[in-house]
Amino acid sequence: MLEHYVNLAVKSIFVENMALAFFLGMCSFLAVSRQVKTAIGLGAAVIFVLTITVPMNNLIYMHLLRPGAMSWIHPTLIAYDLSFLGFLSYIGTIAAMVQIVEMVLDRFVPPLHAALGIFLPLIAVNCAILGASLWMVERSYTLAESVVFGFGSGVGWALAIIALAGLRERLRYSNPPAGLRGLGLTFILVGLMAIGFMAFSGVQL
Amino acid sequence: MAKVKDVLVDPIFNNNPITLQVLGICSALAVTTKMDTALVMSVAVVGVIMSSNFFVSVLRNQIPTNIRIIVQLTLIASLVIVVDQILKAYLFEMSKQLSVFVGLIITNCIIMGRAEAYAMQNPPVMSLVDGIGNGLGYGAILMGTAFLRELFGSGSLFGTQVLPLATEGGWYTPNGLMVLSPGAFFIIGFFIWAVRVWKPEQNESE
Amino acid sequence: MHASVPYHLWFSAAVCVVCAVFVSSSAVLLRERQVVNQALDMQRNVLLATGLATDDEQLSREDVEARFAKIRQIVINLRTGEEASEIDTATFDQRIATADVSKSREAQPNNAGLRRIANHALVYELREANDKLDLVVLPVRGLGLWGMLYGFIALDADLKTIHGLTFYEHKETPGLGGEVDNPRWKALWSGRQAFDASAEPTIEVIKGLAGPARDDPHRVDGLAGATMTSRGVTNLLQFWLGSDGFGPYLDVLRRRMEI
Repeated sequence: MLEHYVNLAVKSIFVENMALAFFLGMCSFLAVSRQVKTAIGLGAAVIFVLTITVPMNNLIYMHLLRPGAMSWIHPTLIAYDLSFLGFLSYIGTIAAMVQIVEMVLDRFVPPLHAALGIFLPLIAVNCAILGASLWMVERSYTLAESVVFGFGSGVGWALAIIALAGLRERLRYSNPPAGLRGLGLTFILVGLMAIGFMAFSGVQL
Repeated sequence: MAKVKDVLVDPIFNNNPITLQVLGICSALAVTTKMDTALVMSVAVVGVIMSSNFFVSVLRNQIPTNIRIIVQLTLIASLVIVVDQILKAYLFEMSKQLSVFVGLIITNCIIMGRAEAYAMQNPPVMSLVDGIGNGLGYGAILMGTAFLRELFGSGSLFGTQVLPLATEGGWYTPNGLMVLSPGAFFIIGFFIWAVRVWKPEQNESE
Repeated sequence: MHASVPYHLWFSAAVCVVCAVFVSSSAVLLRERQVVNQALDMQRNVLLATGLATDDEQLSREDVEARFAKIRQIVINLRTGEEASEIDTATFDQRIATADVSKSREAQPNNAGLRRIANHALVYELREANDKLDLVVLPVRGLGLWGMLYGFIALDADLKTIHGLTFYEHKETPGLGGEVDNPRWKALWSGRQAFDASAEPTIEVIKGLAGPARDDPHRVDGLAGATMTSRGVTNLLQFWLGSDGFGPYLDVLRRRMEI
């Protein structure tokens, strides 16, 4: 039983890394990876938001949206299928969660709040967060699996952005052609990192 | 009139959402293995940006500042759900291929980015035009990437075989890297380089 | 603009109501078309497996329904292999049953990545005019690389020879694992033998090229660059053709034919 969850965690961190295998959350991934410090801050925020929103959305899907889900409220409601409201509900919980995180950070850890600046609210539109919830629905995870999956995906994404930030800080001392400098080189760099992560595909524990 | 033309054409090369604003990357990698999926995605995104920019702009003076992000998201999410429903009803095969990525249009940062940056400050008609322009810029990069990926990755264009495959008696062995996502990263990286050689004002400082 | 609290509430409520009406109307109005599309898609894929339709044919809704009318749908009890006439074939949904704990059981450890197996399955029989069995089509599913592959395998009347294999839903990489949809690869399955002399499912997708069906009855060419997908196909076929899958149903059919 524990083995199943460890398997799921390792799979979501390495084999199915949100950033380098599925390429989700690329905008902030590329934009916030100039410095390791901000990358660590954003990574931590993403881990926190994912670990909470995936299980929350799982509960919403299981008990409100799935075909026949609302039978616990009243038996006649079993006929309703509200899965088309999925996108709205998930993005709603994510936006609300991000708003709460922003308020908590502002109150308890102001330096981090200031350092992250605009990118904290941008977590709400980070496709990795919505993507994780959509994947969870596709694969019909249980609540416990959702927690593990959310946490693992967050850790994977954070690891990837911190690694990229480390590499970009080093790249500042190199001398590429003017047109490639910055963004162009970053794309090629991420492509190479992605090839590296392909070594994990197909690993079964 | 000149202003409308600028707003429409600028985002295609001068201020392209993908290559300069760094927005909308995720889908540019995922759906560009084939040109037909890239085309459907581009059309869907243009449709959504146009409408969301228009509606956000119409309401821009009524939306309270504190909840503006959530209101924008709600509008965008509703539009995307309707697009998804239409795809499932009328273009079923295509919706299966696009699967999860239609939902991810909601988090396509171009739509949110333009709503915040342009539609909240400008009148509805100009916002509509800005939406079309950015959608076209996005579509241009998507189709360009898809063209190269499908041609070199499968030897076909829009599903029609152009380079005869070695496995079917021809001479072309498909380049597997083009079909995988790292190939898309490399292609976009080179597009950025090409655009910046053409327009050096986009180069980043040291 | 900055506004009072009541205004916030009023505005949010208005936005919610308008969006909800907009979204719900589109969902309700288009629901019927979508359901029809999904049903047609399934039917078309069953036809592809049986060879009653080919990949490049553009079939209208009427074409699909007309050809599908020749096929008999039966819900069977997986464990016993007998027909479960108490279940309505029109409303039975395999995936919903698999997810419902009251209608499914936990799977024994298997290679196909299956966690739950529904107690029943919807199978398709094509019979000739004198009720003699021509083809049987079994729904199969199993884990590929990126997700579940869902498909149909069609067996000839001898219940040993494969007539065709088609996957109607998967998330495999286009050009690599996605080549399960390539008509040329699908054609390789025709005429292969699914079982060995002791009636164990032995058909497999190998690495590299297999010979023609006559000389190499138990093996099919692998998909280049798609080891995981190929392995997934082998595993799911061996599961569903075995005793945990449709084995009992095939036994029941064999016994009936001998009578």
